[in-house]
Amino acid sequence: MTEATLEKLKILAAAAKYDVSCSSSGTVRRNDGKGVGNTVGGVGICHSFAADGRCIALLKIMLTNYCKYDCAYCVNRRSNDIPRATLSVSEVVDITMEFYRRNYIEGLFLSSGVVRNADYTMERIARIAKDLRTIHRFNGYIHLKSIPGASQELVNEAGRYADRMSVNIEIPREESLRYLAPEKNHQSIFEPMGYIRQGVLQCQEDRKTMRHVPRFVPAGQSTQMIVGATPDTDRDILMASSSLYSMPTMRRVYYSGYVSVNTYDSRLPALKQPPLVRENRLYQADWLMRFYQFKAEEIADDTNPNLDLEVDPKLGWALRHPEAFPVDINRAPYEMILRVPGIGVKSATLIVNARRYRHLNSSHLSKIGVVMKRAKYFITCGELTAGTIADTSPEYVRRILTAPRKLKGESPLQLSLDFS
Amino acid sequence: MVIYRFDGSFDGLLTAVFDSFARKERPDALLPPDGDMPLFYDTLHEVDTDLEKSTRVWKKLSASISSGARTALMTAFLTDNAGFPLLALRFISRAVTTTPSIENDFSDPAVLAVVKEGRRVRGEAHRLLQFVRFQKAVDGTYFSMVEPLFDVLPFAIKHFADRFSDQPFIIYDRIRDYGYHYDGKETKRITLRSDSYHLSTGRLSDELMDPDERLYQQLWRNYVRYTAITERTNPRKQRQDMPVRFWKYLTEMQ
Repeated sequence: MTEATLEKLKILAAAAKYDVSCSSSGTVRRNDGKGVGNTVGGVGICHSFAADGRCIALLKIMLTNYCKYDCAYCVNRRSNDIPRATLSVSEVVDITMEFYRRNYIEGLFLSSGVVRNADYTMERIARIAKDLRTIHRFNGYIHLKSIPGASQELVNEAGRYADRMSVNIEIPREESLRYLAPEKNHQSIFEPMGYIRQGVLQCQEDRKTMRHVPRFVPAGQSTQMIVGATPDTDRDILMASSSLYSMPTMRRVYYSGYVSVNTYDSRLPALKQPPLVRENRLYQADWLMRFYQFKAEEIADDTNPNLDLEVDPKLGWALRHPEAFPVDINRAPYEMILRVPGIGVKSATLIVNARRYRHLNSSHLSKIGVVMKRAKYFITCGELTAGTIADTSPEYVRRILTAPRKLKGESPLQLSLDFS
Repeated sequence: MVIYRFDGSFDGLLTAVFDSFARKERPDALLPPDGDMPLFYDTLHEVDTDLEKSTRVWKKLSASISSGARTALMTAFLTDNAGFPLLALRFISRAVTTTPSIENDFSDPAVLAVVKEGRRVRGEAHRLLQFVRFQKAVDGTYFSMVEPLFDVLPFAIKHFADRFSDQPFIIYDRIRDYGYHYDGKETKRITLRSDSYHLSTGRLSDELMDPDERLYQQLWRNYVRYTAITERTNPRKQRQDMPVRFWKYLTEMQ
């Protein structure tokens, strides 16, 4: 461990930063009393937050940023003239253990550029996971990237030591992918995903009959798509995630707003700013699919293939479907209460529990945590309400909810009356 | 106006519930020993914490609400919200007199307060799991200083003792001036000498620090810096998720 390692860490941390995934959840790994660390499951633990506001739960690092591929959207592409570095297996293991012992991280997220060939790279990745688990008896979280083109045997080897594995789709439609990364196709991405899925299902099957079968990628797999590098619509992206979520082992799809890293490449749009609002809307849509029982087709339909940047997708759906409202808070099923803008999973659960004791009115709701400013246009609770979306119009509600917020102390002498 | 004053302990709270039933009255305030007295009041009752009374109330409470709700109540009791003890008293009084269990009646302000304050306290305990940073000392002990809003160190200590079962460590709560020392086998409650350098700064002095410690701190600081995407800089989000009050003891923020 020397000053040279410090330089390498800088280069390889910067090279890995465009990978979004940082979750450390999805599985429980207990400390058997002989090793170091545990994985708590439930909500993961984020140990720090970088200046861009993204969480740091895992030591997210590349083994090397040399790469034989030349994908247009990637900062580490072969034709870029950037400082390159490679960490040795022992260096990665050492940094991981020392960081973990100081409670800096939950574990390791290891990725790599493809050097020589896919199998050579995959073997080194699997080696690190194996060393951590068997030599250092490390029970923290390990997330490994599966290298497209690696053989099934190596994926199986890596999967025995990893908690989660991932292969990034990056581009939702195959023709866009072939345009930006001619050396890749969807086949080469879905194949390793299939290996992981097979391994997980096989392991689950074996564990039913044998007690001591080692676990295989217990936290499932995740993937990532770049947003804004191609003309793909939000509907394309959401349909792709929806079909991915129907895979039995797929836990998370991440979206990464494209940061113009290779401005000289004319195949890519020249963006001044990464599309942060669009990325945020996609995450909101993703949440709607995972926790609010929405379908991808409902969130972005044929007439509106792109998400509305002005309002969130849930409010957008409500404005397109005034016929579904107002929802009676005291009678409607949980699924409908979840669809009301301004009510989240927490408040919806509290509502369906609390309404068994007494009739709920709007003051109860705002105490429970419902955002009444939004919700009041979409609910009834047995009180005299004025101007729900059914009494007025979607355009009216939209205008009020998107009105620019008045700054505090804008005109201190003038009292305003709230007629809404 | 009826005022109860108790010693601030959970048993004191349960005794206060017992007394309010015995005296057939509903207190309008339940104050800790150093609480500000209102200017006007009718009766002041000093609650004398009595384990026999509190056990009786606890038994009845155990029969009335689920264990999850009892845990939530005890967790929420650690809050710094001055109005909470009275709400907790109302919660318990209603719970022991009503069937079926009232624990899900979230339109009752007392029940809602138990949920909300419980959430706050558990959130603070989770932040300890996130933001404890160890420094390695020459003798191999890992040292960390924290200043949580509530007294939540006992919630977190089991997690650390399980996770770092082979490494001796100290986590010290500076505000409440006590900490836990884990020696590789068991955890013990300790208090540091008030003149020690690491108590006043939260950092190990140079002669106490492991020779490699500085390098790993440097590595970590660089990692945090280089893993951020400059084009997406968002200090507001960073402060939201990692409140500034923790930065004092965070290695990467120094």
